[in-house]
Amino acid sequence: MSEIKTVDSPEGFEGSGFFATSLDKVIGLARSHSLWPLPFATSCCGIEFMATMGSHYDISRFGSERPSFSPRQADLLMVMGTIAKKMGPIVKQVYLQMAEPRWVIAVGACASSGGVFDTYSVLQGIDRIIPVDVYVPGCPPRPEQILDGLIQIQHMAKNEPLRRREDPEYKALLKSYNI
Amino acid sequence: MSHFGPKITELEEPFGLLTFSASAEDIIPILEYLNQNDRLRFKFLTDIAGIHFPDSKGKEFGVIYHLHGFENAVRLRIKVYLPKEKPEIPTASKLYASANWMERETFDFYGIKFIGHPNLTRILNMDDMDYHPMRKEYPLEDGTREDKIDALFGR
Repeated sequence: MSEIKTVDSPEGFEGSGFFATSLDKVIGLARSHSLWPLPFATSCCGIEFMATMGSHYDISRFGSERPSFSPRQADLLMVMGTIAKKMGPIVKQVYLQMAEPRWVIAVGACASSGGVFDTYSVLQGIDRIIPVDVYVPGCPPRPEQILDGLIQIQHMAKNEPLRRREDPEYKALLKSYNI
Repeated sequence: MSHFGPKITELEEPFGLLTFSASAEDIIPILEYLNQNDRLRFKFLTDIAGIHFPDSKGKEFGVIYHLHGFENAVRLRIKVYLPKEKPEIPTASKLYASANWMERETFDFYGIKFIGHPNLTRILNMDDMDYHPMRKEYPLEDGTREDKIDALFGR
């Protein structure tokens, strides 16, 4: 018997030779366990992410085995570190190049709110240019906290209705960011 | 040093670093001489920096040149003060190629104009910025700021 743990199957009807459940749940299950992150690391939070990616903390355990260094195949944008105002348009460009469904984590104080860099040259939180799903506090956060942020994104992906990206509320959100 | 005589002022040596002042008209001939004289050979421009002292009248702005002569292992610092009405100085980029970016940076942060510079545009800040942020003429806290409105920060 294999020691490998698999995820529990979603609620549904089971009989001999068939299993019936809703498409939402199957897709959510698949998506949440294969989130391809795009690391956008600009400073010390990026170093913590490297530890998170390494064998000790091992972000691969959560299905994020493949960090995507092209935004086109990425599901999850992880912004880690101070984003200068000059860097803002580049972050936005990367977000625009990602295909739906896409999620965003702001890792650390700088990406979330500008952090200690309360100054003319630093963007005061990436949520001024792109919508953010999860904020991870810390300066920099521990790898465990980054993993916790990823797990929260997994919950969101798992429970997200299939039509969420089509509904007017989501479209209004993107429009408020001029996307 | 005797070559330039009275054009060189405030000669001092704090912490063993030879320092003197010169005027904006004389700075390029001085740099040229230091660079090309066979005995001095200051071939390396370590840095160009700007300063702003709003209270010293007629000398509000300054450009500081740091030179390094590798063969003699000597460092040298030259200060040029400029009035706020006319913060202009000739470019050193024809003499030292590295001065190009250093002068753009000094222009970016202090608004000091380097006459004859091939491309005097902002280098570090955003192109649409309409002020020179390192000038000491802004209040410490800008009450009209709108990019940080979090209730936690009391704005």
